[in-house]
Amino acid sequence: MKFTLGWLKDHLETEVSVGEIVETLIQIGLEVDTVDDPAAELSAFRVAHVISAEQHPDADRLQVCQVDTGEGIVQVVCGAPNARTGMKGVLAPVGTWVPGMEVKLKAAKVRGVESNGMLVSEREVGLSDEHDGIIDLPEDAPIGVPFAEVLGIDDPVIDIELTPNRPDCTGVRGIARDLAAAGLGTLKSFDSAAPVAGSYESPINWDIAGDGNACSYVVGRHFKGLTNGPSPKWVQDRLRAVGLRPISALVDVTNYVSLDLGRPLHVFDAGKLKNKTLTMRRARDGEAFTALIEREYELDNEMTVIGDGDTAEALAGVMGGLESSCTEETTDVFLEVALFDPVSVATTGRKLQMESDARYRFERGVDPESAEWGAELAARLIVEFCGGETSKPTSAGTMPKWQRSVELRNDRVATLGGVEVAADRQVEILEALGFTIECLNGKMNAAVPSWRPDIGGEADLVEEITRIHGFDRIAPVSLDRDAALPVVAITPEQRRTSTVRRALAVNGLDEAVTWSFMGRAHAELFGELSETVLLANPISSELDAMRPSILGNLLLAAGRNADRGFADVGLFELGPAYQDATPDGQQLVAAGVRHGNAQLAHWSHKARAADALDAKADALAALEAAGAPAGNVQISRDAPDWYHPGRSGVLRLGKNVLAYFGEIHPAVLLGLDVRGPAVGFEVFLDNLPPRKDKGSSRPPLHLESLHPVRRDFAFLVNADVQAGDLLRAARGADRDVITDVALFDVYEGKNVEEGKKSLAIQATLQPTEATFTDAEIEEVSAKIVAAVEKATGGMLRS
Amino acid sequence: MSAPDTSELHESLLAEVASADSLDALEAVRVHALGKKGAITAQMKGLGQLDGEARKEAGQALNRVKDSVQAAIGERQASLDLVALEARLTHETVDVTLPPRPRLTGHLHPVSQVTEECIAIFGEMGFTVAEGPDIEDDFHNFTALNIPPEHPARQMHDTFYLNPLEGRPAPVLRTHTSPVQIRTMETSKPPIRIVAPGRTYRSDSDATHTPMFHQIEALVVDEMTHMGHLKGCIIDFCRAFFDIPDLPVRFRPSHFPFTEPSMEVDIGCSREGGKLRIGNFGEGADNWLEIMGSGMVHPKVLEYGGIDPTKYQGFAFGMGIDRIAMLKYGIPDLRTFFDADIRWLNHYGFVPLAVPSMVRGL
Repeated sequence: MKFTLGWLKDHLETEVSVGEIVETLIQIGLEVDTVDDPAAELSAFRVAHVISAEQHPDADRLQVCQVDTGEGIVQVVCGAPNARTGMKGVLAPVGTWVPGMEVKLKAAKVRGVESNGMLVSEREVGLSDEHDGIIDLPEDAPIGVPFAEVLGIDDPVIDIELTPNRPDCTGVRGIARDLAAAGLGTLKSFDSAAPVAGSYESPINWDIAGDGNACSYVVGRHFKGLTNGPSPKWVQDRLRAVGLRPISALVDVTNYVSLDLGRPLHVFDAGKLKNKTLTMRRARDGEAFTALIEREYELDNEMTVIGDGDTAEALAGVMGGLESSCTEETTDVFLEVALFDPVSVATTGRKLQMESDARYRFERGVDPESAEWGAELAARLIVEFCGGETSKPTSAGTMPKWQRSVELRNDRVATLGGVEVAADRQVEILEALGFTIECLNGKMNAAVPSWRPDIGGEADLVEEITRIHGFDRIAPVSLDRDAALPVVAITPEQRRTSTVRRALAVNGLDEAVTWSFMGRAHAELFGELSETVLLANPISSELDAMRPSILGNLLLAAGRNADRGFADVGLFELGPAYQDATPDGQQLVAAGVRHGNAQLAHWSHKARAADALDAKADALAALEAAGAPAGNVQISRDAPDWYHPGRSGVLRLGKNVLAYFGEIHPAVLLGLDVRGPAVGFEVFLDNLPPRKDKGSSRPPLHLESLHPVRRDFAFLVNADVQAGDLLRAARGADRDVITDVALFDVYEGKNVEEGKKSLAIQATLQPTEATFTDAEIEEVSAKIVAAVEKATGGMLRS
Repeated sequence: MSAPDTSELHESLLAEVASADSLDALEAVRVHALGKKGAITAQMKGLGQLDGEARKEAGQALNRVKDSVQAAIGERQASLDLVALEARLTHETVDVTLPPRPRLTGHLHPVSQVTEECIAIFGEMGFTVAEGPDIEDDFHNFTALNIPPEHPARQMHDTFYLNPLEGRPAPVLRTHTSPVQIRTMETSKPPIRIVAPGRTYRSDSDATHTPMFHQIEALVVDEMTHMGHLKGCIIDFCRAFFDIPDLPVRFRPSHFPFTEPSMEVDIGCSREGGKLRIGNFGEGADNWLEIMGSGMVHPKVLEYGGIDPTKYQGFAFGMGIDRIAMLKYGIPDLRTFFDADIRWLNHYGFVPLAVPSMVRGL
């Protein structure tokens, strides 16, 4: 919403500065977007009189001018062809910033002649592209006066960003009312809407169809014998200042009233209307409408039009039609001053993507009373600008009942607003905003003015009073706690999540945050995709499904890094994956990928590509950090399809899947167009067993005083035997004695027959009461050998 | 037979010890002096021929020689050990400029770190952390927050909708973390004091908007919290978060459907030289940066949450986690947050052991 200071002063009696007005606007909730003060920018440019212009002694095209600034004579060298003795021009003295040249003027010698300033062209001032000569002002232009004043652009333009709850401030008067309430001046009386007598009955009348259309009430007036020339200069200046192009007196009146008072109007060229009745009705599905911006729209039955017979001549509350629009030839006019349902106007405008000043106001809610006074005000201005005569008003429908009151307890501003405002000051503020107050015992009844549809309850009145009183007068109060020490802010699960995140980073992975969505084609690589996670209005087909797995986005990210020349990356993300659209369908997953080398080439070791066991280590690190019994998990080979079938695994605790890990399936990488290989893991944090509250105490630590004994065994097993089975068998051979079994060698090749492999383990045996005898050690060793043989068919290697 | 004179033997053995110039030579001396066939042993063997008092005297003398030579060997050994160690050490070197075996540590994303910074601050004020689903129903994301069906925010161009379920309104990707307010009110009784960080979504993508971003929401509901508390809480937070004790904080009236009164919050900044800096730039400095929306919870929202608005009241506010991360850590471009560029993560990321805490400093 743009307006100028001069315009504001039509409604507000005030002497305060623009700066103070802007500051107050911000303080009362009318957010100032920009303040454009052309006069300030051009303040150094002043009207000057060229006393003499003489040929430069050393340059054909230059003249040396003696210029009267009103404060003295300065010498200026000028190259403009139209510089001449006696003319009035615009002088930029030394020190002036010249916007069109982007320089700050300095005193200079031009071909040996001193020049102390510049006579400027319109382009140099930044007014236009005109640069054929310097500005040539009328002879009566007063010397020394700011150029902006002569130009009539000395009125600062203020643009405020209006919140949707303030329809009253879609007109300058509403803004003036708020400022007056805030103590910045006095709201002038509004008497320009006094009734204008009509001299005849309107030949055109209204009808509101009973089809549930958007119009509740409409007033019209007929005009005849008009001359639709240009509007007065002051109207044109105002419109231009706020960015509107003056068109003709009739159109300018509608725009002016809309901006001045927030009252949209429309004028039909009565000569172009075919019927004696204009009808507010719903549009027909598929009905065509040509708007006055010369574009055709296809309407639907949810929209309201103003029909001239079968033809839609206006789209209710949004825009008039081309056919019946006013032109310079228009002499007879029918004026529309209507009330439309805000929601309907907003919906229509949005559907058709039509922005207009009328829509801006109607969708916020136009003052219902303005249907009456708007018709009078428009009639006065039309007759004043265009001559002719006006009919008596004609109307249809009934003005909606807007009268209502809201109760405000006297202490409510203090108890909700946190600031003491005396009761009489509360009344004063509300009255200044247009409320009518009835004081009762300990409370008041505030009758809401017609222009404030946003006021619905007591909290709204507290807001009105506190914002005008000043939010900065509310003293900040720090929150106090019930106890001296804060409660624990996060749940055990949230703490676990944070620990897992930090553990994965400690393990060398960088945390990424990627989109929660991904492309459907990519998403389908990660299992059967539920239709419920597809977006109805995606931003692109690459982001049209909620991700069923985080891996896809991480792999794509690894691919992007590889494309940039950084192929060896380890990334993880801790966030949601979505199995369906329900809250339970959202899982919390810690997922990671390693792409390229897990170990980079180094003088002490060779480069090593990431493999499934790196992913396993990451998954186990996450589980351990989460406090899951990582040592007790069962490992199986049934990872889902997006993993390599032979190089992947699942970690379970009972039936609960805790994690998948392994190499990513080559087909998945191909589908993502990421060059592999890559490995990854997914840890399902929601599936972890809840942490049991066992108190903070640990079980007692029992330290054996006797030295443990270590024994090595090498077993020859079939190549398909899983090391985990062997280790478990060895460990279980005598649980009382064997405290640890470590696998220290896996060997296939020379000296090991085809189809076999050698697994070498070291068992730790812990004596408890006395050191082991050789016989005892032999006994345990035999148990280990027997257990391994039973479980795996493995034989001790000779 | 009188006792033999041991002084000659003593001196010659000591001389041998002194002249031993290596551990091997010293060992030879030891064997020669003290070994089974050594000089002292030989003399010891001869003692048997002496009688009573002389044997005793000679034995004592030999033992003194033995002790003395042993001590000399020990001393000599220590000094030769030292020499040998020094000699060895002169050969033992490592190129200390060699890069060591790498122990790679990853980084935390700024969103995670900043979220925990916020929790550390709000935790001190007695807030606990609440969460809610990203895929929300219409009721929790809009209706219960007093956002009517025709509100522009509900339109397709702002909100991501999912495919509608049979006969029910289409779920939405939550456009703010505010639905967590409702879910919290539905499941707990006042007094309520929660913050809710999380992912949020809007159908927007340009230089300063991404379709996904992060917000943190605060909600306080009790019987007495008023706008003064709202101001106090936000000022305390902003100053702690940015670690600027005199950071100017400005409250402007505004409008949100879910709060009444509503205010927007600005913090002081400078844009001098085209560079944005947060801080107090002195009296009269008039540069403000909008940082969050806030207000007193709308009575209708309390009602939707199942809380009696005639008895309870409170405040709520919400801000962009990514945005405050950008401001605090000088990260210029929002879009880079979600690209997982390893260079960016290394540059703007955080070491994992730096857990934010008010006690230790953020």
